[in-house]
Amino acid sequence: MTFQAEWLHGTLLATSLAFTLTGSALADSAVPPNTKPAEFKVTDFLLDNGMEVVVIPDHRAPIVTHMVWYKIGSADEPPGKSGIAHFFEHLMFKATTHHAAGEFDRAVSDIGGSNNAFTSYDYTAFHETVAPSALEQMMGFEADRMRNLILTDDVIKTERDVILEERRSRIDNNPQAVLDEEVDATLWQNQPYRIPVIGWMQEMEQLNRIDATAFYDKYYRPNNAVLIVAGDVEPAMVKALAEKTYGKVARGPDLPPRIRPVEPEQNTKRTVTLSDARVSVPSFSTQWVVPSYHTAKPGEAEALDLLAEILGGGNRSRLYQAVVVQQGIASSAGAYFQGTMLDDTNFTVYGAPRGDAKLADVEAAVDAEVARIASGGVTADELEKAKDRYVRSMVFARDKQDSMAEIYGSTLATGGNVQDVQQWPDRIRKVTADEIKAVAARYLVLARSTTGYLLPQQQAGN
Amino acid sequence: MMNSMHMREAVKAGDLLPLGEKGRPRVGATLATLFLSILFLVLPALAARAMDIQQVTSPKGITAWLVEDYSVPIVAVRFVFDGGSTQDPVGKEGLANLMTGLFDEGAGPLDSEAFQIRLDDAGAEMSFEETRDGVYGSMRMLAEQRDEAFDLLRLAVNEPRFDQAPIDRIRAQILSGIIANENDPDTVAQHKWARAIYGDHPYSRSDQGSRQSIAAITQDDLKTLHKAVFARGGLHVAVVGAIDAETLKKKLDMVFGDLPQKQALTPVADVEPKLAQRLEVNYDLPQTSLQLAWPGVKRKSADFFPAVLMNEILGGGTFTSRLYQEVREKRGLAYGVNSSLVNQDHADALIVTTGTRSDRVAETLGIVRDVARQLAEDGPTEAELAATKKYLIGAYAISNLDSSSSIAATLVELQLDDLGIDYMQRRAGYINAVTLDQVKAAAKKLLTAEPTIMVVGPPLAGAGKG
Repeated sequence: MTFQAEWLHGTLLATSLAFTLTGSALADSAVPPNTKPAEFKVTDFLLDNGMEVVVIPDHRAPIVTHMVWYKIGSADEPPGKSGIAHFFEHLMFKATTHHAAGEFDRAVSDIGGSNNAFTSYDYTAFHETVAPSALEQMMGFEADRMRNLILTDDVIKTERDVILEERRSRIDNNPQAVLDEEVDATLWQNQPYRIPVIGWMQEMEQLNRIDATAFYDKYYRPNNAVLIVAGDVEPAMVKALAEKTYGKVARGPDLPPRIRPVEPEQNTKRTVTLSDARVSVPSFSTQWVVPSYHTAKPGEAEALDLLAEILGGGNRSRLYQAVVVQQGIASSAGAYFQGTMLDDTNFTVYGAPRGDAKLADVEAAVDAEVARIASGGVTADELEKAKDRYVRSMVFARDKQDSMAEIYGSTLATGGNVQDVQQWPDRIRKVTADEIKAVAARYLVLARSTTGYLLPQQQAGN
Repeated sequence: MMNSMHMREAVKAGDLLPLGEKGRPRVGATLATLFLSILFLVLPALAARAMDIQQVTSPKGITAWLVEDYSVPIVAVRFVFDGGSTQDPVGKEGLANLMTGLFDEGAGPLDSEAFQIRLDDAGAEMSFEETRDGVYGSMRMLAEQRDEAFDLLRLAVNEPRFDQAPIDRIRAQILSGIIANENDPDTVAQHKWARAIYGDHPYSRSDQGSRQSIAAITQDDLKTLHKAVFARGGLHVAVVGAIDAETLKKKLDMVFGDLPQKQALTPVADVEPKLAQRLEVNYDLPQTSLQLAWPGVKRKSADFFPAVLMNEILGGGTFTSRLYQEVREKRGLAYGVNSSLVNQDHADALIVTTGTRSDRVAETLGIVRDVARQLAEDGPTEAELAATKKYLIGAYAISNLDSSSSIAATLVELQLDDLGIDYMQRRAGYINAVTLDQVKAAAKKLLTAEPTIMVVGPPLAGAGKG
C-alpha cells in the first residue's frame, strides 16, 4: 500500500539512525552453531599518523565496503560560510596531483563498484564498495585525495552551480523542507544545528577557492579521519594496506576539541508557520532539545530511544493507536529521536489530520499522549516489547554490510567508540520504566518547545 | 533536522518517477540501478559461489527458489501474484492499493488488534504492495520464531478479514494522501504524464485512485479481487535464509497450498507510449523539472542487452555517463541527471529526468537532446562500451544481492521474467556478446524518435526550443 505523508520519511531516517547495533551484541542469543567466531568480530586500531581504523569482517559475499569518515560537518563551519562542508565533499571528486578528474570514478565503475559521499552536521564520509582485490587501489585513491586535491576557480564555479541546483531541488522546491529548515533555525537558538547542512543560499553563492582551501588544509588530515572497512577482509590485511596507503600521509596539526556554542536555557514555546499553495492537508511537528548519546548522562539517551519507540515508533505505538486508530482523527502520528549526534539533539512528535478533523485536534491529542507518558510512565509490557523490537532490528541490521559500517562510522565521528556500539544492547536492556518516565517529564515540556505548522494557503477573505 | 544527509548524487532519478508512480524494477539496467549509489555488489564469477539457488517444489505443487544461508539467523520471504493495479475495475481505481494495506489488519480468527500483537510478538515484519502488474508480499522473520511467523502469513494470504473498521481507517489515510497531493506539482505532473503517454490504457490511472473511486470501494470488491488474484497459477515465491528445503516445502503448502489453482484476471493490452508530445505543467517553482521519454525495448527482445548498455552509456548509474558529464560535470546545469530503461509487462520506455533553474531550461534541454542525438548518430566508442560492460557485469549485485531481502526480491523478478534459475551464471555472457554495432543500432533505433518532453516549472519564455 502507498500513501504519501511527508513526515514518514523523517521517521524512517530517524529509525535507521537510532537502531545503532552490532552483531557481536547477539552472541549469546541467536548465532547458529556453524557461524565462525571471527565473523562480525570487530577490530580497531590507530595508525601512527593518528588515523583510526575499524575492521568488521563479514565473509558471506566477496565484497568490501570502504568508508573514510572525517570528523567535520556543517556544524563545524566558520560563521558566514554555511554549506562549505557539503560543498567540499563535492570538490573531493575533482582532479588531484596524481589523478585527473573522473579517474577515481572510472576506476570504480570499471570494476563494477559503487562510490559516493555524504555530509551531515557532524561528519563527512566517502565510500566505495568493491571486490576485496580492489581495496588497496581504493585506499590509494582515498589517501591521495586527502591531501593532493587541485582546486581551481573554474572547478569551483561549476560545482557551486551544482550545489545551488541541489539546494533548489532538495529544499526550495519542497515546502516541507523549507519549513523544516526554519523550524531548525528556531529550535536551535545558539547551536550550529540551526544552520542547514546544505547551507543558506546567499552564503553558498559566495563560497570560493580560498574558503575551500582553508577548509581542506584544516580538516582533511589523517588525524581527523576514521577508516571503516566492512566485508570479506581480515584485520591484518587491512592494517597492512592502510599503513601502505593512508600511513604515508603526514599527520596534520592537532585539531582543537570540537567545542561549539551550546544552547542557552530555553524558556519559551515557539511556533513557525508556512502556508503554501502546494499544500492541501495541514501537518505539524513539535520538537524539543534533548541530550544525544554523546552529551547525555549515562542511560538517558537509551531511555529517549525507548521513549520514542513506545510513544511513536510504529503501528503499535501509543500515538498511532490513540490518534490514528482509536480516535480516528489523524492519517499519521509518531515520534522520533536522533541520538547519534555530537551535541544536544532533537526529539520530535508529529501528526496530520484526516477527514473532517482539525489540525488543532490532532495536535491536542498528540500533546495529551506526551503528557500521559510524562506523568504516568510506560508499562512493563510496553517496555519489554520495545526492547524486543530493538533486538530484532539488530539481527536484521547484520544482514546488510553497509549498515554495520555506517553504525560504527557515525558513532566514532560523534564522539563515541567501538565499545559504545558493542555495549549498546546491554545498556538498552537495562533501561527501566522509571527512567523513561523521567526523561519524558524532564525534556518533553511544551513550555519550551518549537512547533512547525505546514498549512494550505489562506484563501482571500479568510 | 529532517534532511540531515546530502549526497553527491541523487539516489532517485528525480522528483518524477518514470512512467507514473511505479514501474517494476527489473534486472539489467532499469530502475534498480538508479539506487546503486548506496548499495552493494558481488562480482559475477562469484555469483555461483555466493549463491546456490535450489528449486523447491512442495507436495501440493508450490514451487519456490531457495537460497539457504545460516550466517544471519533470519528468513526472508518474497512472493508475487500476477495482476496489480491494472486489475482495478473502472470507477474503483485504488482497489489493489487499498487491499495491500489490509493484510495485517485482521485475518482468520484474529481482528486487526490481535493480529498486529501476534505479529509483533513473533518478531516478524510483513508488508504487501502492488505495482501495475503484480501484488507483492514480503516477510522478514527471526529464524527461531519462524513457525509463528509463517502461521501469520498463512492467515494473511488465505483468510484476510477485510473488516469494515480497518477498511475505513486505511481508506481515510489513503484519501488524506490523495488530497494532500492535489496541489503538489510533481503529483499533478505525474498524472498528466501518465494520461498523455498511455491514453485510455489502465497504465494511465493512478494506483491510489481518486477521491471518488476509493470512496466507491466496498468489502465485496476487496474479497472479489483477493479471490481473483490470490491463486497458485500466478504465484512466484523466493525464500532466503535459515531454512532447509524440506522444512520450506511444508511451509509452502501451509501458506499457499490451499489457494485456488487459477487466477481470474482481466486481460490487459500492450500499449506503445505516445511520443512526440510537449507537456508543460506551470508552477512558480525555483527549479524546473524535465522529463523525456523515448521508445524502450522489451525484456525478451534480442535488442535488450544492447539497449541496456546504450542506456548506461547515455545516463545510467555511474558518474561517468555522457549525460552526467555534459549536464552536471562540465556545465553545472543540474544536480541529478539520469536515464533509465523501464520495463513493465505491457509497456517499455527510455526515460531521462533532470532539473535546473528556470533560466537554464532551454540550455539544459538542448544539451540533453544533443547528447542523445550524438549517441544515436555516432554510437559509443569501443572504450566506452568495454568499460560499461565491465561495470554492468560487476555491478549486478549492487542493487540485487546486498541483503537476504534483496536476494529474495531479485529471485522473484527472475522468475517473473522467466529467465531461468541459472541466469546469474549466464548474464555476463549475454553482456560480453554484445557488439559495438548492436549498441549503435540500439541507439539509432531508440534515440532518433522524437521524445515526449514534460517541463514542470514556470512558463518557458521562448517555447519550442531544444
